[in-house]
Amino acid sequence: MKKNIFSGSGTFPKGIHPPERKHFSADAPIEVIPTPKEVVIPLQQHIGAPSKPLVKPKQTVEYGDLIADNKDAPISAKIHSPIFGVVQKMAITTLPNGRHVQAIRIKAEGRQFTVDENYRELMGGRWSKSVVGYDPDEVTRAIHDAGIVGLGGAAFPTHVKIAPYKKKVDTLIVNGCECEPYLTADDRLMRDIPDTVISGALLSRFAMGIENIIIGIEENKPEAIAAIRKSAQGTNIQIAVLKTKYPQGSEKHLIKAVLNREVPLGCLPADAGVAVSNVTTMTAVARAVFRGMPLTHRVVCVTGGGIVQPKNLLVPIGISYGELIDFCGGLTQNAARILSGGPMMGFSFADLSMPLTKGTGGITVLTHDDLRKEAATTCVRCGRCVDVCPMNLIPARLAVAARHGNLALAEKYKIGGCMECGCCAYVCPAHIPLVQFIRVGKAQIIASKTKK
Amino acid sequence: MNDTPNTTEIPQDDTKRAPAIQVGHSPHLSDASFTTRRMMIDVLIALVPVVGMAVYVFQFYAVFQLAVCLTTCLAAEALFTKMRQRPLSLFDFSAAVTGVILGLSLPATAPWYVGVIASVVAIGIGKVIFGGVGMNLFNPAMVGRAFVMIAFAGAMAASGYESLQTGIDAITQATPLNAFKQMGISTPLKDLFLGLTNGSLGETSALACLIGGAYLCIRRTASWEIPAGVIAAVLVMGGLADIFGSSDNWTVIHHLFSGSLLFGAFFIATDPVSSPLTPKGKFIFGAGIGFFIMVLRFFSGYPEGVMFAVLLMNAVTPLINRWTIPRVMGE
Repeated sequence: MKKNIFSGSGTFPKGIHPPERKHFSADAPIEVIPTPKEVVIPLQQHIGAPSKPLVKPKQTVEYGDLIADNKDAPISAKIHSPIFGVVQKMAITTLPNGRHVQAIRIKAEGRQFTVDENYRELMGGRWSKSVVGYDPDEVTRAIHDAGIVGLGGAAFPTHVKIAPYKKKVDTLIVNGCECEPYLTADDRLMRDIPDTVISGALLSRFAMGIENIIIGIEENKPEAIAAIRKSAQGTNIQIAVLKTKYPQGSEKHLIKAVLNREVPLGCLPADAGVAVSNVTTMTAVARAVFRGMPLTHRVVCVTGGGIVQPKNLLVPIGISYGELIDFCGGLTQNAARILSGGPMMGFSFADLSMPLTKGTGGITVLTHDDLRKEAATTCVRCGRCVDVCPMNLIPARLAVAARHGNLALAEKYKIGGCMECGCCAYVCPAHIPLVQFIRVGKAQIIASKTKK
Repeated sequence: MNDTPNTTEIPQDDTKRAPAIQVGHSPHLSDASFTTRRMMIDVLIALVPVVGMAVYVFQFYAVFQLAVCLTTCLAAEALFTKMRQRPLSLFDFSAAVTGVILGLSLPATAPWYVGVIASVVAIGIGKVIFGGVGMNLFNPAMVGRAFVMIAFAGAMAASGYESLQTGIDAITQATPLNAFKQMGISTPLKDLFLGLTNGSLGETSALACLIGGAYLCIRRTASWEIPAGVIAAVLVMGGLADIFGSSDNWTVIHHLFSGSLLFGAFFIATDPVSSPLTPKGKFIFGAGIGFFIMVLRFFSGYPEGVMFAVLLMNAVTPLINRWTIPRVMGE
C-alpha cells in the first residue's frame, strides 16, 4: 500500500472484519428506474424540525417544485417533487425506523421524463471543476434551496454543516468508505460519475472558505480510487486510501484514520475542526449549483442474496421499497429479512409500501442462511465485545446495566458514547443482543431526563 | 431476542410461494464461527496434550481420576439444572471443562471419593449457587479443589502425592516442589519441562501446557494477557530472588516449569467468567496471580500456591474491572 501522507494511520483501533459481500451489486452500473405512478414524500427525512407542506390536495406540481419547507426552524430542509403530478390527500406513513410521519402523496400525471432524459439530467454531461463566477453565499443558498441533506444516512442538513462556523473548521473530508457489507451505491457513484463528486467537493470547500479536501476511500474499492484519482487531477484534492475495516465509514473513525484527531465525546466533527460529507451528497451539491436542480433523486443499492437481480439504481425520493425490489426481479424464495440500509446498522421492516427517504442508500435483503439461528445464552465475560468496540466502551457492562434499568451505572460506563455500530453483537459468542439492550438503555435515560 | 426463522418447508411444485419474511434488530449478521460452545470445545482440544501426558506418566491412575471427575461434574450439572428447572446445559460443555481441569488438578493417588466430592462442590457451590454458567465469581474447579484440599488434608497435602505401593515411578517420588521445600533437592530442568515427575495429573509437563496454551491464545479463546501477566510476575519475583536469594539450585526457570504454574496460567486463570473484561485488567489479574503464587511458594507452609492465588484474584476481579474502565474515544 502507498504510504499514507496524512497525519492519521489510515485506520483506527479495534473494529471488525465482517464478510464484505459487495460482489452482489458491485459490477452493476447505475441505472435509472422509470418514473413511478405515485410517490409518497415524508415531511421529515432529515435531522431537525419537520417541514410543512406548501401544496394543497389536487394541486398540480412539476418536477423539481418546492412542496414543503420550514422557514422558522434553524435546522430543517426543503423538500421537492421528483415527478410531474397532482397532489393527493395528506397521508401518514411509517418509515423503516419505526417513525410515523406526515407525507405528501403525488400521483404522476402528464408527460414524465424518460429514463434517458433523467439520466442525462441527473448524471450526464460535463461537470465543471471551476468555481469562477460564483459567490460562496450563492453556493450555500443553492445548497439550502435544493434541500440537500447528508446522504450517507444521518441526513443532517448540508447547508447547516457547511455554513461558516464560529469554530474553526480547516478540512473537509469526503466520505467514500462505504464500510457496511453488501452496499455499493457510493462505490458505483465514484466509479460511474466521479466528476460530480470532485465538483461538489470543490464547491463545498469554496462555500466553507477552507483549503483542504481529503477523500477517504477503503482499499477494497480500487476502481473507485482510480476513478476519483483521475478526476481529481489538476485539483489539490487529496485521496486517503484507508484499510478496509468496519466501521471505517463512521465519521469519528474516518477523522481518526485520516487526521488522527478525536471528536470530543458528545460533540460534532466541527469541534475537531473537520466537516465530513458523503460522496453522494457532493454529487447533489454539484447538481444543485451547476444545474440549479434540487435533491429529488439519489443512488440506491438494492442487493443481497434475497434479491433476484441486485442493482444500483438512480431513483426518485418517495418511491416505495416494493417497486425497487420488483424492478430488481423481486425476492428469492430464500429471502428472510428486508433492510433499509446495510446488515450492520440497517432497519428491518416488512411493509413494502413504505417510501424511500433522502437518507436511504441501500436495500439489503438477507436470506435465511445469513441469519443467526441460535438463541442467546448467558454472558461468559470473555471480553470479545471490549476487544472490538471502536468507541472503546465495555458493551457487556452497558448491556447488563441497561437490562437491569441501572441508568446511573450505564451513564458511568458512558452509554451515550455508543453509536450502535453493532461490532459487539456481531462477535458475541453468546449471541447476546448487546446493541438492542444498549438502545433500550439510552431510550430509558432520555425518558428519565425529559420527565425531570 | 432469538430470531428463530420460519422453517416451513416450501413445496417443490409451488414455486410462486411468497418467501417467509421476518423482522429483527440490527446487527443482522453475526460471526457464526465463534460461540460459547466453541470456546469450551477449544479448551478441551487444548487439554489434549496435557491429558495425553498425564495418561503417559500416571497411566491407569490418570484415566480413573479424569473419568471420576468428568462423570461426576456432568451428573452434578444435570442434577442441579434439573433442580433449578432450567434447560439442560450439558451441551455447552462448560461442565465438561470444569471436570477435566479439576481431574487434572488432583493427585494421581487421591481416592475416588475425593474426586466425586470435589466435582459436586465445584459445580454446586462453585457455579450453580451463583446462577449457573457465566455468573460464578470464582473458578468452579478451584472451588472444588480448595474444598477437598481442606477437607481431606491427608490425601491432598504434599505427602499425599507419594505412594510406594505402585508400579509407576513418578508416584514413588516426592513432587519437585516438595522435594525442594523439604530437602533442598532440585529436580533437573529437563524432567520439569517434559513432565516425568510427580505432581497433580495435569501439571507435570511444562511442554504440554505450553502447547495447549499456545493453541488457546492463538484461537483467542484464552486472552494472552493473563498468562503473560502471570509469567511476567513470576519472572520478576523469581529473578529478584535469584539475585538476592540463596537457593542456587532452584532458579526462576525452575519456578516457571515446576508445580502447576503453567497449567494454572494457561488453563485455570484464563477462565473468562472469573477474570476481568479489559486487556489491561486481564494483565493486572495475571500479574496478581503470579505475585501471590511466588509469595505463597516463598513464605507459606505449602509448596505450591496456584489454587489460592487464582481464588484470591477471582475475588479481586470486580475491583479490577472497576479500576480499568477504558478511556472512551473522544473522552
